[in-house]
Amino acid sequence: MSRIRVLVGTRKGAFILRSDAGRKKWEIDGPHFVGWEVYHMKGSPIDPDRLYASQSSAWFGQIIQRSNNGGRNWEQPGTPPGEPLTTPEGFPKGESNKFVYDASSATGKPLTTHQWYDGTQRPWEFKRVWHLEPSLTDPDTVYAGVEDAALFRTVDGGKTWQELAGLRGHGTGPKWQPGAGGMCLHTILFDPGNPRRIYTAISAAGAFRTDDAGLTWKPINRGLKSEYIPDPEAEVGHCVHRIAMHPARTNVLYMQKHWEVLRSDNAGDQWQNISGNLPSDFGFLVEVHAHEPETIYVVPIKSDFAHHPPEAKLRVYRSRTGGNEWEALTNGLPQEHCYVNVLRDAMAVDSLDECGVYFGTTGGQVYCSPDGGDHWTPIVRDLPSVVSVEVQTLR
Amino acid sequence: MIHVRLPYHLQTLARISADIDLEVAGPVSPNTILNALEERFPMLRGTIRDHITKERRPLIRFFACAEDYSHLPPDTPLPEAIRSGAETFIILGAIAGG
Repeated sequence: MSRIRVLVGTRKGAFILRSDAGRKKWEIDGPHFVGWEVYHMKGSPIDPDRLYASQSSAWFGQIIQRSNNGGRNWEQPGTPPGEPLTTPEGFPKGESNKFVYDASSATGKPLTTHQWYDGTQRPWEFKRVWHLEPSLTDPDTVYAGVEDAALFRTVDGGKTWQELAGLRGHGTGPKWQPGAGGMCLHTILFDPGNPRRIYTAISAAGAFRTDDAGLTWKPINRGLKSEYIPDPEAEVGHCVHRIAMHPARTNVLYMQKHWEVLRSDNAGDQWQNISGNLPSDFGFLVEVHAHEPETIYVVPIKSDFAHHPPEAKLRVYRSRTGGNEWEALTNGLPQEHCYVNVLRDAMAVDSLDECGVYFGTTGGQVYCSPDGGDHWTPIVRDLPSVVSVEVQTLR
Repeated sequence: MIHVRLPYHLQTLARISADIDLEVAGPVSPNTILNALEERFPMLRGTIRDHITKERRPLIRFFACAEDYSHLPPDTPLPEAIRSGAETFIILGAIAGG
């Protein structure tokens, strides 16, 4: 019997929602890490009870947490190699929150500055981990997208982290700049058929691809147009909010940019606008159906100034044609007086035969549709503001 | 013995629920207290001051005997009342937000 586990990160803690395959009765577990921001949680694809969580605070910085039993218990994994796992008093040791940019000469071209809001150059400064992406093949290997934008990796279960400095070092870093939410690396996609290929996306720099397992990177932003930068078609500087991919068709990418929804059919080498009949092409997320690579979802938001749904109606839009033709999905969603936002990491799908779609809002609701978006029901209504939603299908 | 009080968030991280008593070797200053604190509770490394530079995180404050030591050099000697344990060295999060 399959089960579903939904991992919800919020501004004030983490929650784990559990259900059987019916997806009607839910156990609500939490808050974990109460009072801390949890930007993201995600499980290992090959060891689903191994979870990783990014716990952070503007006051106290970054903490990495790990669970080996599906989120029932958590630990900070960091212990320097060769040392005992605990202090003499029995407390766990921790270096797992140590994210230090690689400025060594061995990595070739370590950049030291990026563009600030006023156009001046600022040094890179670590703030938090936005996104954790566990390896497809090794439960101890995890990639972390951080603010200020960079990519880190652990190969020891989160105990220590090293930067893949080639991304910051490929030459365009001085043109990267923060969006309103900060200069964050928020998307990491692995190509299941090609372990040397990884996609990332940064706000506001753009999308990038490596074909040599992270050693070197290239911007993949051709076709993007952004009126808020001096050259609207520049190589970098675009505020990409999210990219998504179906694991069975990894050359096709979907993107929600600051404004515009786009797709690429050649691994990001060229993008085309697929916003079509959306009521607004501003938004934060894009997601792909688990079994239908041409079925995609977005949640339109009115504008970058008004962070709420158009006409105050919360609508998920679905395209079954890979974009351009969109239908509003409203059954069970509030259609008046709704002023919530849905953030970039806050939608996910399960892989049951009838694909379930889940999303969380800044109003604290987590919605589930067990039928691909046709009908929606809130699992919970009053959590803290939801930052991220991930789903595990447990068999 | 030095009495140290942590903010709630760091108490949960360190898995404690009360003030801490610390042995501090040598001169007693914010720096030496933090050294002893991080030695005993390694999970607090990076949460009060930077891993590498050891600079205080911007929204952390240090209070001793009703005085703010946050903006003084971290090796500033602390008062006798802290050294003797009569008063508590307080680490707290600055007020921010609404």
